[in-house]
Amino acid sequence: MAIKLPIFMDYHSTTPVDPRVIEEMLPYFNEKFGNAASRSHAFGWTAEEAVDYSRERIGKLINAQSEKEIVFTSGATESNNVAIKGVAEFYKDKGNHIITSVIEHKAVLDTCKRLEKEGYEVTYLGVGKDGRVDPDDVKKALTDKTILVSIMLANNEIGTVQPIEEIGKLTRERGVLLHSDAVQGVGKVPFDVQKMNVDLASITAHKMYGPKGVGGLYVRRSKPRVRLVAQMDGGGHERGMRSGTLNVPGIVGFGKAADIMMKEGKEEGVRLLGMRERLRKKLDSSLEEVFVNGSLEHRLPGNLNVSFAFVEGEAMMMAIKDVAVSSGSACTSASLEPSYVLRALGVGDELAHSSIRFGLGRYTTEEEIDFVSDLVIDKVKHLRNMSPLYEMYKDGIDLKSVQWVAH
Amino acid sequence: MAYSDKVIDHAENPRNVGTLDKEDPTVGTGLVGAPACGDVMRLQIKVSDDGVIQDAKFKTFGCGSAIASSSLATEWIKGKKVEEAEAIKNSDIVNELNLPPVKIHCSVLAEDAIKSAIADYRAKQAAKR
Repeated sequence: MAIKLPIFMDYHSTTPVDPRVIEEMLPYFNEKFGNAASRSHAFGWTAEEAVDYSRERIGKLINAQSEKEIVFTSGATESNNVAIKGVAEFYKDKGNHIITSVIEHKAVLDTCKRLEKEGYEVTYLGVGKDGRVDPDDVKKALTDKTILVSIMLANNEIGTVQPIEEIGKLTRERGVLLHSDAVQGVGKVPFDVQKMNVDLASITAHKMYGPKGVGGLYVRRSKPRVRLVAQMDGGGHERGMRSGTLNVPGIVGFGKAADIMMKEGKEEGVRLLGMRERLRKKLDSSLEEVFVNGSLEHRLPGNLNVSFAFVEGEAMMMAIKDVAVSSGSACTSASLEPSYVLRALGVGDELAHSSIRFGLGRYTTEEEIDFVSDLVIDKVKHLRNMSPLYEMYKDGIDLKSVQWVAH
Repeated sequence: MAYSDKVIDHAENPRNVGTLDKEDPTVGTGLVGAPACGDVMRLQIKVSDDGVIQDAKFKTFGCGSAIASSSLATEWIKGKKVEEAEAIKNSDIVNELNLPPVKIHCSVLAEDAIKSAIADYRAKQAAKR
């Protein structure tokens, strides 16, 4: 079968909408276009019913006790903002300390930085070489002033899955709330808000084959009942937690996407893991000096983040331009700084510049894996042949002993 | 980020990739940049008795723009007198390759590589006398 180019292997950035999701959304654009907040007529009731059905489906996916625990937002950035700022503001009389990790998404980190300016204290926990937070570090960081711990379920760059269940035990014992940015992991690795004692969780539709522009925040309603101060003022939608007319077609799509994940996610994970390992083994057996960034064991099945030493990431992406991937190289960012996540693992700047993230997903095929691995192997060899670092390595020069002229 | 056609051309078909014998007294080697910064260029020149750059080779660890800048640099300096090569400015490279502001450092590195190779050649020549 002929390969269709370009190939999408960047499923952590976003995902295409599943055709089954689109089909379910369509009537809600025109035929059933009502405002879910219109309480006085059938158009509104139809919309509200559809929205509540979606709440139920999404709630089931994460094992919420009630569909009322799902609050719809514009996406995970908003969910993270509301969760952290909303909790910080509501519980400010109880304490002013928040614990998070250095490898969180910017939507969490920058929210925490803003709170620091407002007088809150934030502890940013480091991670091990495997890219995971040590629950013991959480335990040590908890104080009488701690009101919230926010640790992501799975990292967007290296796909490492965090020990949320262990952290949840600690926070529950101490009566501290636990928030998890679950965007990358939900539906793909086990996530159960009851079993893990998670009190707030951010999720989004477009990372699970739903539409962009719609997200959700799980807010626990009992044991404990979580309170937060709304960050968007207006008509008091979503039980006062998030004003604004609901994106009904988007929410319907989100619900369907969650339903598909619930039914097919586990099987899909097994398939993706098989392909991920096929890709990894091919690269590893044909190339020297290839390093996987982060734990292989505790990792999203569709994630492979590797550094090809002596080859710069952006040059690599250019060389494989028919394949959509991502890199932690500085050259891909305006800041000229390599990925803060890879730095946190202690990967070293030179290997951070050489990293490539492959993201596999629902529509990835074995043929694509074989095509991509052959292409990558060929291009790494080509770029190494023009790399002075590779030549020095081959000549037995220790690159760390060289006096580099930084510019 | 979109690349200019010239950057793509040089990155896909780099000119003068290779290695000259750095022990040769007529060869000057410039190694600039640092792995931790994401770019390292090595540019080498072989100079004839009458001061003309007969051959130039490069190897670069860096992004497409860095590869293109060094490839272009070798193309430009071949056949030039050492003094002429020394006069090449990074802005000439920026203009030729249409480099965006975030990639200007690549052209600076290429200019440094030329200057560093020439300095090495001159040092070798001075040591010979």
